[in-house]
Amino acid sequence: MNEMRSPDLSQVEAQNEKPDAYVKVKDLQVRFVSREATVKAVNGVSFELKKGEVLCVIGESGSGKSVMMRSLMQLHPKKRTRITGEMKIGEHDIMTATDKQMSELRGSTVSMIFQEPMTALDPLYTIGDQIAETVMRHEKVDRDAGWKRALELLELVRVPSPERRLKAYPHELSGGLRQRAMIAVALSCRPSLLLADEPTTALDASVQIQVLVLLRKLQREMGMSMIFVTHDLGVAAQIADKVAVMYAGRIIEYGNARDVLMHPEHPYTRAMLSSTIKDQKKGAQLETIAGTPPDLRALPDGCSFAPRCRYAGPDCFETMPDEVTDGRGHMARCAKVNVVRGLLAFEPGIPAAPALA
Amino acid sequence: MTDVIETAPTSPDPRDRGGPAQPMLIVENIKKYFPIRAGLLNKKVAEVKAVDDISFYVLKGETLGIVGESGCGKSTLARLLMYLIEKDEGHLVLDGDPVGEKTGTSLDGLRRSLQMVFQDSYSSLNPRLPIEASIAYGPKVQGTREKAAKEQARALLEKVGLKAERFGQRYPHELSGGQKQRVNIARALALDPRLLILDEAVSALDKSVEAQVLNLLGDLKEQLNLTYIFISHDLHVVKYISDRVLVMYLGQVVEIGPVDDIYSNPMHPYTAALLACQLSMDPDERVESAPLAGDPPNPVNPPSGCRFHTRCPYVEDVCMSKMPSLGDTLRADPGEHLAACHMVHAGSGHSKAPNPDSRPLPLWQGETR
Amino acid sequence: MTDIPAGSFPTDKTQAAPATKVRGYWGSVWNRLRYDYVTLFCLGLITVIVLLAVFAPWLSPMDPERSSMANRLRPIGHAKFTLGTDEQGRDMLSRLLWGGRVSLLMGIVPVIFATLIGGTFGIIAGYYGGKVNMVIMRTMDVFFAFPSVLLAVAIAGSLGGGIGNQMITLTVVLIPPICRVAETATAQVRSLDFVDAARASGASTYSILTNHVLINVLSPVLVYSSTLVSISIILASGLSFLGLGVSPPTADWGLMLSTLRQSIYVQPLVAALPGLCILVTSIAFNLVSDGLRQAMDVKA
Ligand SMILES: Nc1ncnc2c1ncn2[C@@H]1O[C@H](COP(=O)(O)OP(=O)(O)OP(=O)(O)O)[C@@H](O)[C@H]1O
Ligand SMILES: Nc1ncnc2c1ncn2[C@@H]1O[C@H](COP(=O)(O)OP(=O)(O)O)[C@@H](O)[C@H]1O
Ligand code: SF4
Ligand code: SF4
Ligand SMILES: [Mg+2]
Ligand SMILES: [Mg+2]
Repeated sequence: MNEMRSPDLSQVEAQNEKPDAYVKVKDLQVRFVSREATVKAVNGVSFELKKGEVLCVIGESGSGKSVMMRSLMQLHPKKRTRITGEMKIGEHDIMTATDKQMSELRGSTVSMIFQEPMTALDPLYTIGDQIAETVMRHEKVDRDAGWKRALELLELVRVPSPERRLKAYPHELSGGLRQRAMIAVALSCRPSLLLADEPTTALDASVQIQVLVLLRKLQREMGMSMIFVTHDLGVAAQIADKVAVMYAGRIIEYGNARDVLMHPEHPYTRAMLSSTIKDQKKGAQLETIAGTPPDLRALPDGCSFAPRCRYAGPDCFETMPDEVTDGRGHMARCAKVNVVRGLLAFEPGIPAAPALA
Repeated sequence: MTDVIETAPTSPDPRDRGGPAQPMLIVENIKKYFPIRAGLLNKKVAEVKAVDDISFYVLKGETLGIVGESGCGKSTLARLLMYLIEKDEGHLVLDGDPVGEKTGTSLDGLRRSLQMVFQDSYSSLNPRLPIEASIAYGPKVQGTREKAAKEQARALLEKVGLKAERFGQRYPHELSGGQKQRVNIARALALDPRLLILDEAVSALDKSVEAQVLNLLGDLKEQLNLTYIFISHDLHVVKYISDRVLVMYLGQVVEIGPVDDIYSNPMHPYTAALLACQLSMDPDERVESAPLAGDPPNPVNPPSGCRFHTRCPYVEDVCMSKMPSLGDTLRADPGEHLAACHMVHAGSGHSKAPNPDSRPLPLWQGETR
Repeated sequence: MTDIPAGSFPTDKTQAAPATKVRGYWGSVWNRLRYDYVTLFCLGLITVIVLLAVFAPWLSPMDPERSSMANRLRPIGHAKFTLGTDEQGRDMLSRLLWGGRVSLLMGIVPVIFATLIGGTFGIIAGYYGGKVNMVIMRTMDVFFAFPSVLLAVAIAGSLGGGIGNQMITLTVVLIPPICRVAETATAQVRSLDFVDAARASGASTYSILTNHVLINVLSPVLVYSSTLVSISIILASGLSFLGLGVSPPTADWGLMLSTLRQSIYVQPLVAALPGLCILVTSIAFNLVSDGLRQAMDVKA
């Protein structure tokens, strides 16, 4: 049996682990142009991710999380999308990759799982067919080998009675099993980077944990890097090494999961944390973030959170604040955050009246 | 238990008929089996036991939370209460009047008193109607004049926090998820209901928007003297909003009681497991193994005995043969905490069941957070 | 509602004003159509074709049915007969204009009737489901099972020729597919929550169908029907071709194509003219329905 087909996924990636960044994104900008308006979906995102690390991207709906992920796989319609900046996955330069190179990268180097497995799986083919097909295409093996791998993969993602499930169509599976099947498809060619776009949002809390525990385990065993999008801070706490908070197409806070989730400094992250319902007193008025996210067709100058920020001062409306990073790599993009004794600290100054009342 | 009584409205409501002690809605042994048809002649081959003999009541002015995994019959129950699907068996009593029987409330009366906010804010608004028209539709159907209905719709939009002149003429696709859910609430309020069923009304929203809508629901409840049935699978939200909680599993009620009792002292292992599924915000408190393994069994062939026995860590022989009883939910006091598990009932034959003479004290209560 | 204190809930000031003007549904459809030059061109083309057909009596230079043995099969560009003559020496230009009248009639009238009848049945079947659906859809299936040409030939054969019978034939043939589309669309709309919300407010079925279902089913049905216009023209031509439609000497593109068949080696260009007319008209209708489909998609 050839080495490529060996079922042990853990060894393959663990060997070439390197300390330096595996995924490098620098000043990524994504614009969708149409006759009516230009949507500025991503506005200068930079981050680095090491081998085997998990980055969680959190943010409200429409903050550009999915668009950023899809650019890493060049999944946007070419005609209407303008992408600038740098994107590198290992030695592959995503910005300059041709369509042919890209389709080879997809699945084998970088692969993606989605929120709604029903739309990502083909309803007309069985689960086994779909996994085997992917394996056959990428590894140039025959049908039997493909099916054999499909079975191994379903076992890997702990689908009960995998032989039977191989012959099932997507609609015959429950939400949790479908999500596992999609993970199996995504892992079929042992990607070194897994992009997960809210893979547990549509699931019940009980099944969500099962999938999270599974993903975390597989990620560790295979030494994969992972970018995981969610808007649930609890989910991020379960899986993230690093957390990036996105707002209006920018990363406004970044750092170790613990720092960002337990001691957020940016007013937006803080507001998001306090509006999350968790053991609030029954019937008490909940804290909310006033207003709605900015219109990406007409972004304001200055800090994009300023119209909703209760600490906003006059200068916040003028220029976009720079990134402030402390010694632990905790970054926030807010005019009122400084490094104090080596740590980020938010200093509102004169307690401001809420921007909106 | 006094907590529950206190939430009953203090000022008399002109629509009130049965007095403050009369529950707003009594649901008695309601049942719905969906037939599964197959073959050329569409013969019935099996049944999905979506709602299987459920009884409970909702007091005036309280919020009853309903939780359970997806597919356990929460939405089916809501639709049964709204008469959107026909029930197979059971009765509804609305403020003392049986519904749909000769002597009681008519279906129209029920529809005016009972309204529902649907889960999917996308599909619950007609994409081709301006939202104002969607809201005005119900009152128009009930005989309000076109102009009055429009005016009322605009007032309701303001009430749910949307400027009528800016939003009234918009179409659903021009609104965000939270705004659409506000419109849905406005539409449900248009018929001046007394009981609002909220089926996963905030589940699809972002956390900050969710908080806005929950605040709105709290304000409206006070202003309009509403009673809520709040269906959700987010236990944090249910804890925040509910007075009492009803836990469903495979079409049945497995536990019911005051919210604090259920959260601090779950008596049914299923409830305990659900509670353990709540995620902590602390990256150091990670869940190492899932509290609930597998999926719920198929409701076409629910397990014998206790329906939870296939996933229960405390399962014993008696669980597989005998169905544990919940007790009489309709007779029970609002402060009473009932669970359908052999471990709670003295003399059930389960080794962890309490002695007939001592108070039931579940052993696993320390395991939950 | 007894009394509602206006603005009793704080309205947030940042509820972003729409960047684009708020338009009605049809307004937004038109706005999208406005920039779709292909569709606009085809719409223009169809308008021209329809106008030519309507004003044929005034526009055609000669009597389309007057034959002249002396002037048989003149080429295109002839001094007197701009587009030549057919095998009986009749003026092609006049015949094409007059033939357009019959062909367009055959293309449009049966589609309108079939849309009304098939659409109604489809909406009823889709909304009620169950037994009603079974009866309607199984009946349609019986018709749908035959290839449309075969069905048309069978019906036209039993009814006999003539314009009226040809239209009845085409209508019957087009009902099942439209019914099918309307049924699918309705069943889809029926399953959406806003229909249940309307039921929950106590609305009658009739009110729900006219206020909520129809408006949502209309666009898929209209789009589909517009594709059928070209099919109807071609079917009608086919029937005439087989002698089951209009009878000579009445001009009709299909019939002309059939009779000019023998002259294809003598005057290929002239013989191709009626075919070209059918082709252009069909393509124009197809492209318009394609554009309509895109423009009517609300999610944009
Ligand atoms: N193909 C596209 N053309 C135009 N605009 C687009 C396109 N795809 C996304 N957008 C816009 O880009 C913005 C960011 O979208 P994105 O899907 O990344 O949000 P998200 O953060 O993933 O939100 P969610 O939590 O809802 O998934 C949105 O305003 C969206 O409408
Ligand atoms: N119209 C229907 N026909 C057949 N089965 C149905 C129908 N509606 C719901 N069910 C089934 O009934 C069960 C309960 O569904 P539902 O009430 O929607 O669950 P929940 O709201 O708790 O997620 C599920 O197994 C579901 O598949
Ligand atoms: S820069 Fe100013 S407006 Fe922006 S988050 Fe910081 S304090 Fe608020
Ligand atoms: S009755 Fe038995 S199986 Fe059911 S929940 Fe109680 S202990 Fe578990
Ligand atoms: Mg997304
Ligand atoms: Mg549901």
